[in-house]
Amino acid sequence: MATAEARGARLGRLERSALTGVLVREAVNYSSYWKSSTFSSTVEPTIYLLAFGFGFGSLVSTIGGYDYVDFVGTGTVATAVLFSSAFPAMFGTFVKYQFQRTYDAILAAPVDTEELVTAEALWIATRAGVYGCVPMLVAMVFGLDPSWGMLAVPFIGWVAGFGWACFGISIAGYAKSFENFNYVVSAVLTPLFLLAGSFFPLDNFPQWAQVLANLNPLHHCVVLVRHAVFGSDGWKDLARLGALAVFGLLVWRIAIHAMTRKLID
Amino acid sequence: MADLAICLRGVVKRYGAITAVDGLDLDVPEGTCVGLLGPNGAGKSTTMRLLTAQAIADEGELEVLGFRLPEESKQARAQCGVVPQLDNLDTTLTVEQNLLVFAHLYRIERSKRREAIERALKMSKLVDRRGSRVDKLSGGMRRRLLIARALVHRPRLALLDEPTVGLDPQVRQELWALIDALRTEGTTILMSTHYIEEAQRLADTVLIMSHGSAVAAGPPSELVLEHAGHEVLEVYGPPARLAEVEAEAGAAGMRTRRTGTSISILGVDGTNGFTIDGERRPANLEDVFVLLTGEEIA
Repeated sequence: MATAEARGARLGRLERSALTGVLVREAVNYSSYWKSSTFSSTVEPTIYLLAFGFGFGSLVSTIGGYDYVDFVGTGTVATAVLFSSAFPAMFGTFVKYQFQRTYDAILAAPVDTEELVTAEALWIATRAGVYGCVPMLVAMVFGLDPSWGMLAVPFIGWVAGFGWACFGISIAGYAKSFENFNYVVSAVLTPLFLLAGSFFPLDNFPQWAQVLANLNPLHHCVVLVRHAVFGSDGWKDLARLGALAVFGLLVWRIAIHAMTRKLID
Repeated sequence: MADLAICLRGVVKRYGAITAVDGLDLDVPEGTCVGLLGPNGAGKSTTMRLLTAQAIADEGELEVLGFRLPEESKQARAQCGVVPQLDNLDTTLTVEQNLLVFAHLYRIERSKRREAIERALKMSKLVDRRGSRVDKLSGGMRRRLLIARALVHRPRLALLDEPTVGLDPQVRQELWALIDALRTEGTTILMSTHYIEEAQRLADTVLIMSHGSAVAAGPPSELVLEHAGHEVLEVYGPPARLAEVEAEAGAAGMRTRRTGTSISILGVDGTNGFTIDGERRPANLEDVFVLLTGEEIA
């Protein structure tokens, strides 16, 4: 009855060609907006670095055994990762499904929601890994000594960026309007950003706050970057990397669930 | 009998309390153009989304190109091209970049990608605008690009959701020629529309939908003959007179429909004893459409 010819091989999940298709779309689009994206993702953390570094730096010369500019220079890597992953993921995803209907077009091709979300997160994570290095490079101009461990920073930024990208996609998937993002930015991202240990150490916080900080993925990113630059803490750092990976895997599945609900009736 | 490119049986899709598609049966033989005709809200766009598994049916069986949906929808989509009702092109990219992206999404091999893009540009007559950004194109050009994008991988089945909605008559005619050429090449087409003329000109078979289900199906000329006969008597006059005519025709067992300014009395072929004065004209698909889908706006 129905045509059976040219059935071809059964297509599986998370296929490379589907991921590549979505990534190519992002890369081609990026060529049309890379200047503004690069500007917003790098200038803001750099301003934080300069303001805190020279503002507090004039009052506090060293902190936790580090020169303050070095401390903030490595800490704001996580800020740059957050700004270049969670925010574009939230706003970009919402615009693409709500206004541009881009995802309707992509899902009419042989691409599943799981592949779409994964490819989008991979793309944002890659950008976050690169943009995350900018504050560190600026800090080097102001005296941060280069080290071999710095080569691991893009990877740390990539792992953290993947998680935050999935977090942003999840929020966009559950949001009903742009205004919903205000709650997330004010109640979730800002506290996590300020209590990550980027600008001041968390050692003087109450014990319970220090325990809670371990639930903040951004804090692990800050510590991992510092240890990559100044010296590793061995197994503890591996555990922190594992925590970032678990965070990434968890929010990846949540993002797929959220977007499937949003895109498939 | 030709193989079926699309086969739907008893398909139901509900959104809460609303049943958008209600027990729909649909056959689209390979190599034909089938028109889904229905008023707004009849369930045409939902049916299109069901065929790409962007909506999942609550009941019924769906098969596209021999693949069962939604389980094997990805395989089916690899051999389909979809032209959406709403423009979803990447507006900051050029015409060629839009085609390049979809050449990747539709998995065209690297060695064949360039040729596929050139063919799509030629087919849509956009060769000279290949480097233009989409936001600089006219509405007609954007529609042609949407069709080119859907056909870049030479699909076996094209799903066109209201392909000419909102376009002026000249651009519509241009797109009709493009769709007709596609049909001539042997591509199977399922086209939803609420333009009667579009369905009559392009579709081999028309399926009229109302409230989520099929109320009639067949070649346009056969549907006209079956439901409206050969001739229609068009009677003009003030509302009171039209009401009288409607009652009189009804009493004589004739079917009528209102056109807004007149009453059309259907199937007056050979009714020589009919005494009402009016203008005779050939029956058309619009008569059938209004008769079967109702005169009231939903």
